[in-house]
Amino acid sequence: MTMTATLSDTAPANVSPILSVREVGKKFGGFTALDGVTVDFAPGRLTSIIGPNGAGKSTFFNVLSGAFPPSTGNVLFEGRDITGLPQHAFARMGIAKSFQITNLFPHLSVLENVRVAAQATRTGLDLWRPRARLTELVDRAEALLVLVGLAHRRHQPAENLAHGEQRCLEIAVALACEPRLLLLDEPTAGMSPEEARQMMDLIVRLNAERSVILVEHRMKLVMGISDRILVLHQGRLLADGTPGDIKADPEVRRVYLGQSV
Amino acid sequence: MTDHAHTVPATAMQNHERIGAFIDWATRWRVLLAILFLAVFPWFAPYTALAVNILIFGLFAMGFNLIYGYAGMLSFGHAAVFGLGAYGCGIPIAKFGVPWFLALPLGVAVAGIAAAIIGWLATRTRGIYFAMVTLALSQVVYYIVFQSVPLTGGEDGLRGVSVPEIRIGPMQVNLLDPMTKYYAILVVVAAALWIFSRILNSPFGAVIEALRENEMRATACGYDVTRMRWLVFVLSGMFSGLAGALYAIHLSIVPIETLHYFTSANVLMMTLLGGMGTFFGPFLGAFCYLLLQDVISVVTTHWQLVVGALFVFLILFFPRGIWGSIIHWLRP
Repeated sequence: MTMTATLSDTAPANVSPILSVREVGKKFGGFTALDGVTVDFAPGRLTSIIGPNGAGKSTFFNVLSGAFPPSTGNVLFEGRDITGLPQHAFARMGIAKSFQITNLFPHLSVLENVRVAAQATRTGLDLWRPRARLTELVDRAEALLVLVGLAHRRHQPAENLAHGEQRCLEIAVALACEPRLLLLDEPTAGMSPEEARQMMDLIVRLNAERSVILVEHRMKLVMGISDRILVLHQGRLLADGTPGDIKADPEVRRVYLGQSV
Repeated sequence: MTDHAHTVPATAMQNHERIGAFIDWATRWRVLLAILFLAVFPWFAPYTALAVNILIFGLFAMGFNLIYGYAGMLSFGHAAVFGLGAYGCGIPIAKFGVPWFLALPLGVAVAGIAAAIIGWLATRTRGIYFAMVTLALSQVVYYIVFQSVPLTGGEDGLRGVSVPEIRIGPMQVNLLDPMTKYYAILVVVAAALWIFSRILNSPFGAVIEALRENEMRATACGYDVTRMRWLVFVLSGMFSGLAGALYAIHLSIVPIETLHYFTSANVLMMTLLGGMGTFFGPFLGAFCYLLLQDVISVVTTHWQLVVGALFVFLILFFPRGIWGSIIHWLRP
């Protein structure tokens, strides 16, 4: 119980949050997708955001990752207000994201997918030097492929990979900008249970070196690995706590009616 | 039985590897191979003036290929940069007596500035809107040049861009001799080929491909996609402008047709014919297109009908173009 209390203490006074969300709301026409959400994310943690369909998870993810700005409220990264900054600025600051629907450079090789992503934040505009000689970038890309287990596929075009492999490549591409905060949108979408389990193992390993925020539809998957779970429901924060707290929460049980928590 | 089953795939594998190694080799030496081919080319061409045209339009198609084939943006206004390259080089020579070696970079600069302005407006749009904005802006350029008769000669074109002789160091080069003119222009084209190849191989070349492949992903990786698209447009415009500037020197006049949207359509056809997104394709496309035009127009004045039919056939059955199809069949 004491253990749980320490873990759920997500923003201790002595550690400033890596990401702060202040009263964030998002409206699409007359529809309120997000309604005044305020959360602090402590660095180094693995936080999962769950919720039933239509809870506002994807909207929340898109606001956090800079795909679109919130209608109201602010997002602060390491104390800096990043609300409304263009998408490309997020990667340059150290926030990377993976997409829910696989989003790669299909005709480029697996290695080149990661290399060109690494190049974005590590080299300036260079129209002259041969890119194969920028060995630091190639090495970085190779190392990331080893990390996600795709080194043996490096020369294949990305489109030739199996679905599960593409999801792993998606993660490697996201990691290429050396993010301090990694945002993952349903990384296990469409995966077999075995693949999903491997992906969760990978996410835990990635979390050792950076903060991770994970949006997931399937609650069971994140229970075992998360430091903290946020439950969204109808655009509002319904619950916030350790997996233990969330399991015990009667409101969450009501929202996820019929599913074993 | 086992032996037989074993040897056949092994040979097939060896062949694949050999072809793959050959393609890698050809890619590594692509600039030299292209220059070598172009160096012997006029000896096989029906006549030298056609060879010069193929050289210049090949360069134009190469510049266009950068934006269309490599970056995946269909510009329908490249006549503007080609034509402004021609006028930008021709006007200083014809009206102000500027020497050719200064006029040539001036043409490239004018084309580059025009591409920067057109691109700044057009790269905010995508797909068909991008094509329409570039077309509209190139028409604006056409009418401005058409109306500025004192400077450009208007409908009659710019006359008096005569550079009968150029002096390169101690060498006097007589451009009235077609063969000499071909090789003088080839020197410039060779330099352009080399720079173009370096750009393709550079980190920025990788960005260009990433733009074509997936803009959304490129943005998420941290690329300012609008700025990158603009930059490719300017680069493409400068190569096309160089082709235009050489065209002015080649013809000794600048016809207003260089700015006409037919020119934009021609370069698109050449690129598609040769193979978009390939290094040798644009030159091959320019070669086939201009040769066909030349051969068929001897037989009938309706050469466009034949070229049009052939074009439809190619798009339907060989959408990769001639060189693109060859590469596709060969690649293991």
